[in-house]
Amino acid sequence: MTELLLSPLRRLGHTTINAIWRLGFITRFLLAILRYSGQSLLRFNLTIREIYFAGVMSVIIVVVSGLFVGMVLGLQGYNTLSRFGSADALGALVALSLLRELGPVLAALLFSSRAGSAMTAEIGLMKATEQLDAMSVMAVNPIARVVAPRFWAGVISMPILAAMFNVMGIFGGYLIGVVMIGLDSGTFWSQMQNNVDLHYDVVNGLIKSLCFGIAVTLIAVFEGYDATPTAAGVSAATTRTVVTSALVILAVDFVLTAFMF
Amino acid sequence: MFLSGKSVSSDHFIEFRNVSFAYGERPILNNISLAIPRGKLVAIMGGSGSGKTTMLRLISGQIRPSAGQVLVDGRNVADMNHAELFEHRRRMGMLFQFGALFTDLSVEDNVAFPIREHTRLADSMIHDLVIMKLSAVGLRGTQALMPAELSGGMARRVALARAIALDPQLMLYDEPFTGLDPISLGVIAHLIKKLNDALGTTSIMVTHDVHKSLDIVDYVYFVSNGAVVAAGTPAEIRASPSPWVHQFMWGEADGPVHFAYPASTSLQQDLGLKGGQHD
Repeated sequence: MTELLLSPLRRLGHTTINAIWRLGFITRFLLAILRYSGQSLLRFNLTIREIYFAGVMSVIIVVVSGLFVGMVLGLQGYNTLSRFGSADALGALVALSLLRELGPVLAALLFSSRAGSAMTAEIGLMKATEQLDAMSVMAVNPIARVVAPRFWAGVISMPILAAMFNVMGIFGGYLIGVVMIGLDSGTFWSQMQNNVDLHYDVVNGLIKSLCFGIAVTLIAVFEGYDATPTAAGVSAATTRTVVTSALVILAVDFVLTAFMF
Repeated sequence: MFLSGKSVSSDHFIEFRNVSFAYGERPILNNISLAIPRGKLVAIMGGSGSGKTTMLRLISGQIRPSAGQVLVDGRNVADMNHAELFEHRRRMGMLFQFGALFTDLSVEDNVAFPIREHTRLADSMIHDLVIMKLSAVGLRGTQALMPAELSGGMARRVALARAIALDPQLMLYDEPFTGLDPISLGVIAHLIKKLNDALGTTSIMVTHDVHKSLDIVDYVYFVSNGAVVAAGTPAEIRASPSPWVHQFMWGEADGPVHFAYPASTSLQQDLGLKGGQHD
């Protein structure tokens, strides 16, 4: 009976300790990345290569998704606004939704599934096939050579991808509102111009996506580096990257929104 | 005989002095002492899980012993700080079991990797060095290939070219013959011997391929359960009366090493038959 009561308690304790331990480990990992970032910033071609794989290769999915999200916003926004006779405000609604929330959050979610999971799998497989060991034995620090360039590539790519998402989303809203429904083009854009503040909306949105970039990329490289070096281990790490990133993005978004707006 | 506990002379490039190591609760090495002379090619043999690869990891400083000392050129690896350890590794080359080539880099970039990381040579000179190293392993002309386009034996030779890129003083080979066809195996064995003689490198080869190794090495240590059970020159090993060496050399199921895992239940019990006795 006592065992029956204690067992869940023990499991809870174990899970909690484990979570705190991992949090400490990931923090130390971030510090190690920052400490060994010199090479990836001085030999910037290493980082540029990773920006290509993580950022440039994600452009298509981000741009297409942005367009669809913008078009959906246009349709739904017009439906709702026209009920209150304020369909003219569609431009402002589309732009504000995208700049403040949808752009940074959805671009980060897409980035974690497209590039984050690939980073985890790649680093995990490098570990499983002793490539990281080989590097370390060649007196080359894998954190400096493999992890840091990927980390900076993610941090740099994320705000740019979010900005692309926003631009395409606004274009999608324009296609629906102006081209399809027939709202006045001048009103659409002037409403947007009048209601969007560069600092309050655009810069805050970019700060958000920068934070998401740090979080998502850190999770991706950490999970890869920490993966059990087997096929099952790498697969589990890749899943953890996508799941943890999604939760962290939404949680961080809530905290940032509470502070910013 | 090379094995002489604490009284090894300074001409030994590598020394294990009463080294013990455990992964958690599981002991791997148990108070092991051995010495490897400068410029020689020495094999460490033993079954899977006998602690051979652990010894290489101790020499390269990837792990530290729980007791005892691992000396490389008179210096205790465990006492080295980060910079000294990397300096030590820069003078060392290691061939991993399956090559461990960087899958995202071409053959040329793989071999050039240590040179680019540790020197400031011009690209044209690095290119020439890579060609020379690839030529030494008989793979000139493969520069543009990716590791996925190489056979197992070729990948191992490219990895060997990469390991010798900076002309190391010490070469570590982790199971260099595993999974190779007889021709590739012969080529790799010949290369290991040739490189050891040509570069004057001290080489340690961890392997369980007895017959091929005895053809090329200067000395052999047999390791079992984390301790040295036999040692000698190839001729001495071939003539050894040790039942352990005999079993290992001829791959016999019965002998000092048991083939069957020590199960706690009898076969009859596992099969659900009545009256089963523990066997």
